[in-house]
Amino acid sequence: MDDLVTLRAAGSRSPATRSKRAIVEHRPRVDVIFDRVSLGAGLTVLVLLTLVGVFLLYQGRHTWTVLGTSFLTTEVWRSGGVHPHIGVLGLLFGTIVVGLIAEAFAVPLGIAVGLFIAEFASKGAQRILQGLVDLLAAVPSILFGLWGFFFLSGTIVPLSRWLTTHLSWFPLFATATSSTLGTSFFIAGIVVSLMVIPIVASISRAVFAQTPPSEKEAALALGATRWGMIRTVVLPYGRGGMIGGSMLGLGRALGETIAVTFLLPQVPLISAHLLQSGGATIAGFIASRAGNVTTVPGLMAAGLILFVLTLLTNLVAASIVSRSRSGQGVEL
Amino acid sequence: MTDRGPFAPAAGSPSASVRSGPSGSSRTRPPSNARARRRPTSFEAIDGWLAAASAVSAIALCWLVFSLFTDGIGWLGFWLVAYFAFVTIYFIVTYERLGSLAAVDRLVTVAVWSAMIVVLIPLLWIVLYVIDKGVPGLSWGFFIHTQKGVTPEMSGRAGGAWHAIVGTVEQVGVALLISLPLGTMTAVFLSESRSRLRRVVRIFVDAMSGMPSIVSGLFIYATLIIPLAKDSKFFGFDGFMASLALSVTMMPTICRTVEVVLRLVPHGLREAGLALGSSRARVVWSVVLPTASAGVATAAVLGIAREAGETAPLLFTAFGYNYLNANPFSTPQESLPLFIWRFVREPLASSIERGFAGALVLLLLILVLFAVARFVGRDRTKSRPRPLILRLIRPEPSGSRLLAARTVGAPSEVGDLDDREAPS
Repeated sequence: MDDLVTLRAAGSRSPATRSKRAIVEHRPRVDVIFDRVSLGAGLTVLVLLTLVGVFLLYQGRHTWTVLGTSFLTTEVWRSGGVHPHIGVLGLLFGTIVVGLIAEAFAVPLGIAVGLFIAEFASKGAQRILQGLVDLLAAVPSILFGLWGFFFLSGTIVPLSRWLTTHLSWFPLFATATSSTLGTSFFIAGIVVSLMVIPIVASISRAVFAQTPPSEKEAALALGATRWGMIRTVVLPYGRGGMIGGSMLGLGRALGETIAVTFLLPQVPLISAHLLQSGGATIAGFIASRAGNVTTVPGLMAAGLILFVLTLLTNLVAASIVSRSRSGQGVEL
Repeated sequence: MTDRGPFAPAAGSPSASVRSGPSGSSRTRPPSNARARRRPTSFEAIDGWLAAASAVSAIALCWLVFSLFTDGIGWLGFWLVAYFAFVTIYFIVTYERLGSLAAVDRLVTVAVWSAMIVVLIPLLWIVLYVIDKGVPGLSWGFFIHTQKGVTPEMSGRAGGAWHAIVGTVEQVGVALLISLPLGTMTAVFLSESRSRLRRVVRIFVDAMSGMPSIVSGLFIYATLIIPLAKDSKFFGFDGFMASLALSVTMMPTICRTVEVVLRLVPHGLREAGLALGSSRARVVWSVVLPTASAGVATAAVLGIAREAGETAPLLFTAFGYNYLNANPFSTPQESLPLFIWRFVREPLASSIERGFAGALVLLLLILVLFAVARFVGRDRTKSRPRPLILRLIRPEPSGSRLLAARTVGAPSEVGDLDDREAPS
């Protein structure tokens, strides 16, 4: 079914049908130049991405030759002394944990917001609300960091304290005794989720808005409530967009830098105590080491790991969204 | 909303079981109403009262639990738990009254509404918080002076951020000069060319726009600054390196926005140009790009707004500097985000105040840019209502639809898909 839709969409836009319309394939010189220039611009993206990978690998080569795979399996980062003992594992753990916590909040909220704008809000409200969501995406990361560190953190700490006092039988809520709770994975994840929500919300809204009205009306005519209509028509139709949007959001969360620098102490740590202060993410750690570049090859290697991680996430996400996008606009 | 009532089948009719299943229809219905129309989406006065009652009982319950039985949970936790208690109570009440079908519908409506509110609150909060904290440190001197001669003992209002503002304007301006042509050309490639690589490039542009900004700073640092800084000042820490790092993140943003706008340009305009014998390059240059000019401008402004607030790429490139350096091509340079970043991390009340003043300026700059982008990219296909006298004289001017389609507005900033039909 999905294949059929893609096929049809591809067929309607394929070069073959378009060139049929041109009677003679006459290519003036200026068009040849135009094609070359635009192709060059298009390839710049690929070249840039390759260069990023190559140069991060090259400048971090000493890390890989000296430390080898132990770089991937070491938790701590002690650059002082004769034998530097550095590794990316603690950083990687923090990055993924913060990303997952952010997703846990951002995916339900983002999809709900997308649903609200697409299905619940009136026509006039839709534009305003989408504008506000875009504005939330435009607020710089450093302002989220300031707000999170100076304000929100103090607001969440009592909640964390209550959770760890009364529900510490649940392993994730446990903390060591007399530990501070102000700069934890939990709080960093919440602030990052605020930056991820606009991405998930915008993409979900866009795919929900593509739902064919005839199918929605059919569901309503069969006696479905609004939720019944959403569950049976809108959500299945927007599944690709929701998954892709969530993954794009995950990519953003993994690479979030400045806000996390404020909200984590940036000391690598592997710990299941999510409510307790401590931990670091790759991006935040690199940023916190700027200006104090004693282990540049190590930072470059860590940067390469981050680059590969986010690139893979984003590539999968982008191809999911683009595949679902190609199925859109097709009236059945 | 309630207009769907007539289309809802009567209880007990065969089609009622299509969606609701066995548990749905006539569960809690008194027999006298058996033939009445079911209106699961209608909302009457009693529903409002029930919602209010549920809310009150939820708050009372939470107060009982958190204030009497256990120690405090903080106001945030309190309202969070109270909210979930409210949802549960309201669901049970509706379930008892109207059955599962209506109760689930009501539950989802409440959840979706509250999600929207929950997302908008932090936005408002951040804006108000930054204004609240930033105003004390702000004075006219902030826009005129640099940090020259400012010592830690002086108050937060001493000195200013003129050097940072100059740096931001120069770095973002140069970045725009690099990435606007490149991003637009890439968008033209994606939307106008017939290359088979389009699909691949589009996916990579999407992936690149999600690349962590710290990586782009690290990339410029690794590629240009480390190997070349020894030999020339040009490749040291300076504003131009920052511009390069910014344009790496700016280019995909601009490209995605412009591409969406280009796809909104009606195909008829392109075909008209081609039918007149123009080359495709000519059509793009003289028809497509002028039509989409408002959208391209919006993309540029949104790109500026995003890059002006970027801190991470500057840490390894512009590096920061306390005095005025108007030359972006040599020696470190300040910018607004770096200014904030360095001052709020100092453990001095005056420094933090200065940092928040910078944050306020940055926030205002971004709000203004955002408003400009909205204004430039507003939907001009929706023509304003014409004066009554004109409508009486000529009901519908023949050229008006074409004129209305002349300029195409801009899409939303994040991840907008081609969700608007091209006016034709």
